[in-house]
Amino acid sequence: MASYTLSINNQKKTVEADPDTPLLWVLRDELNLKGTKYGCGIGQCGACTVLADGNASRSCSIQMKDAEDLKITTIEGLSDNGTHPLQNAWIKHDVPQCGYCQAGQIMSAAALLKRNASPSDEEIQEAMHGNICRCGTYLRIRAAIKTAAKNA
Amino acid sequence: MKRRTFFKVTGATGGGLILGIGLAQCAEPEVRRKVLEMPETWHEINTYLKIGNNGVVTIYSPNPEIGQNVKTSMPMIVAEELDVDWENVIVEQAGLNTEWFSRQVAGGSQSIRKEWFSLREGGAKARQMLINAAALQWQVGAANCTTENGYVIGPDKQKLSYGELADEASKLEIPEKVELKSNSAFTKIGKNHKNVDGLKIATGQPLFGIDTHREGMVYVSVMRPPAFGQKLESFDDKEAREVNGVVDIIQFGDKIAVLATSNWQAMKAKKLLKPKWSGNGLENTADHDQILMGLLDARENEPFRKDGDVDQAFAEAEEVLTRVYESPFLPHNCLEPMNFFADATGDKVELHGPIQTPAWCRSRVAKILDRPEEDIEVSMTRMGGGFGRRLYGDFSDEAAEISSIAKRPVQLLFTREDDMTAGTYRPAIKYKIEASLKDGAITAYRLSEASINSNMYGLIPNFFPAGAIPNLEVRGHKYDSNITTGAWRAPYTNFLAYAEQSFFDELADRLQKDPIDLRIELLEQAKPAAEADEKIEYSPERMQGVLKLVAEKSEYGTKASDVYQGVSAYYSHNTHVAEIADVVVENGTPRVVKVTCAVDCGILVNPIAAKNQVEGGIIDGIGHAMYGELNFDNGKPSADNFNRYRLIRNMEAPEIDVHFVDSKLDPTGLGEPSLPPAGGAVANALYRATGKRIYKQPFVKELEVLG
Repeated sequence: MASYTLSINNQKKTVEADPDTPLLWVLRDELNLKGTKYGCGIGQCGACTVLADGNASRSCSIQMKDAEDLKITTIEGLSDNGTHPLQNAWIKHDVPQCGYCQAGQIMSAAALLKRNASPSDEEIQEAMHGNICRCGTYLRIRAAIKTAAKNA
Repeated sequence: MKRRTFFKVTGATGGGLILGIGLAQCAEPEVRRKVLEMPETWHEINTYLKIGNNGVVTIYSPNPEIGQNVKTSMPMIVAEELDVDWENVIVEQAGLNTEWFSRQVAGGSQSIRKEWFSLREGGAKARQMLINAAALQWQVGAANCTTENGYVIGPDKQKLSYGELADEASKLEIPEKVELKSNSAFTKIGKNHKNVDGLKIATGQPLFGIDTHREGMVYVSVMRPPAFGQKLESFDDKEAREVNGVVDIIQFGDKIAVLATSNWQAMKAKKLLKPKWSGNGLENTADHDQILMGLLDARENEPFRKDGDVDQAFAEAEEVLTRVYESPFLPHNCLEPMNFFADATGDKVELHGPIQTPAWCRSRVAKILDRPEEDIEVSMTRMGGGFGRRLYGDFSDEAAEISSIAKRPVQLLFTREDDMTAGTYRPAIKYKIEASLKDGAITAYRLSEASINSNMYGLIPNFFPAGAIPNLEVRGHKYDSNITTGAWRAPYTNFLAYAEQSFFDELADRLQKDPIDLRIELLEQAKPAAEADEKIEYSPERMQGVLKLVAEKSEYGTKASDVYQGVSAYYSHNTHVAEIADVVVENGTPRVVKVTCAVDCGILVNPIAAKNQVEGGIIDGIGHAMYGELNFDNGKPSADNFNRYRLIRNMEAPEIDVHFVDSKLDPTGLGEPSLPPAGGAVANALYRATGKRIYKQPFVKELEVLG
């Protein structure tokens, strides 16, 4: 076990963990930030997506020993009262079905809009390719990102 | 109903135990756009709702929520009859309570259909009690009072709010009978209501089973036999025990549970276990294929349905078309892996988590722990997908057993690898379909099913084309495997519909008829039989209706010549659906660009959610028809994670255009029915585009083979 000081949602957090512990499990089990979800553990489904230095990153694939230098934003830190344009658009379009993948979807979309304020349909589909939605909410995800881009 | 025994309740947090709902279910109320002020006192009116002294209403959603959106639509139906402003409604997931609710199951697309009247009665009876309370206070006849959006209105236009009346109303007897609204008076049903958990989901609130946290609990990861048919001989856990955070390692049956202070530690230690497995005669897909092919011609079992004389019609025919359709096993792959919380250490056993069948879970756990059912409380979380996997509570049973042995509260979590390799899979199935043609007509039809572990059930053998063809036979045989199988969204029909609808497309070609015209004709022929035979529950008229609607909305037959359209129509879960897929060929590769869909599900309760369900079902249907495949080699599944198992992704989802038949009939199922027709629509469109028929799932492999 070692001590790590992380930057999570603009706050410094110190945790004790083994160096190989994925950020995902530190967020969920140590810091009680349950919005970031476990889906596959190998960076294939996108449910655990967070922003690391503004980039969409799979938190299941970031080990503690590599996490200290990163500025991490989770779904809980995306906005103050759930008022990020993407969150508003998600509600407007009634995107979720089961809802499990949606935090990861929103974080991937947030990274996309950060680097590309008005993405084309193809750019949206490309950027969201890493996020699986088992319920098939893909069409509304695309529509909500379009709306958020317009309202950002 | 002996309502008096069910409450008194005061305060928002005091209700849990008194209501007979597990502690876990006393979650904070829904946060909505309009933040509601909590009342000082709550008054239980009946099993569906309580009203606060300030007029805020809490409606309990009885059935489990797996993404089918019943947590919004069921309370909407109660609110409709109660006559209350939806903005003043808080929704809470009810825990398991078999005295209160008759069917707390997420399965068979039946939540709305089966509870349509009980939900309405729940709201209407509460409304009547509020009216009765006001009438008593005003000393007027209840019949002279009415309600308006949270108020009772008296004969002289005097007004009392539901909040003001709630205490008095809660002391009155529940009326035996009440009049329900006429459909034309609905103000909520038929209007869009967004997901009540929408904001919580978009802000990452802990709604799911995997998010459960209790003081003193430990996390558990379980090692199960890697191949079906294997047994645990022995294991060495020395190294595993040295992992930080490991608190215990126990064997139960052929499984080993690692208990640790975090999920990661439990998973990490599990990898260090050194088990010895034994077992022979392990099963292979290649053997299954051979066995199932043989069973397609078996005649041991009585047919599920037999009309006329198929063999004679075949003998007299000009041609008998015979086709075999094949499908692999499919895992459910709920994105939230199986998990459950169990605490079997106290006077009561608490079970909390994602389960589609909480009552079944309770009775099984009672047996496993040898305790009376009254000792066991089950509460349901929102679920990260169900698709049938969470009908089977193997994971809740494991959690209960581990908690009991280890004497600790536990949160069990399957890794993705556990989830994909310890499934209750959609069984591998093959269909042989034969039809005879004579004088331009289909004279006989035989459907033979060969399946792993079980055959089609219920009224499926009486679905289309039963009644439409004079000589018809449906039969099935199974092979008993030790690979665990079960219901997978739209069981049997999820594959049968593709086989059958592809076959009819081919028949239409043979008869030189348009595929929609052929279906409309056959449905016309089915009308007398559907009238006379109560087993035939599909409606030829309603099926014709959705076919005509989808043809119109998809601009069928009038599209540009480089858009290839495939038709499919299927009845399942009491709902009629027709779909048309548009395929284009880009750089030599066919691509599904659009699906138009027409649905007749009776009264549309919540249009936006209904559209969402239909879209999702189509994408699910296309995804699994195109890519889904799980095989077995020596009892071991061929994939254990998403790097080796392909699910449909964003850019592969086509545009979808959904239309509903305007209907006054009672609502029917919607969680499943849009899935079965999707595969057939795509296969038939791919045929139009490429000239090649696909007889096997996953399509993507066949397309490669066909070139």
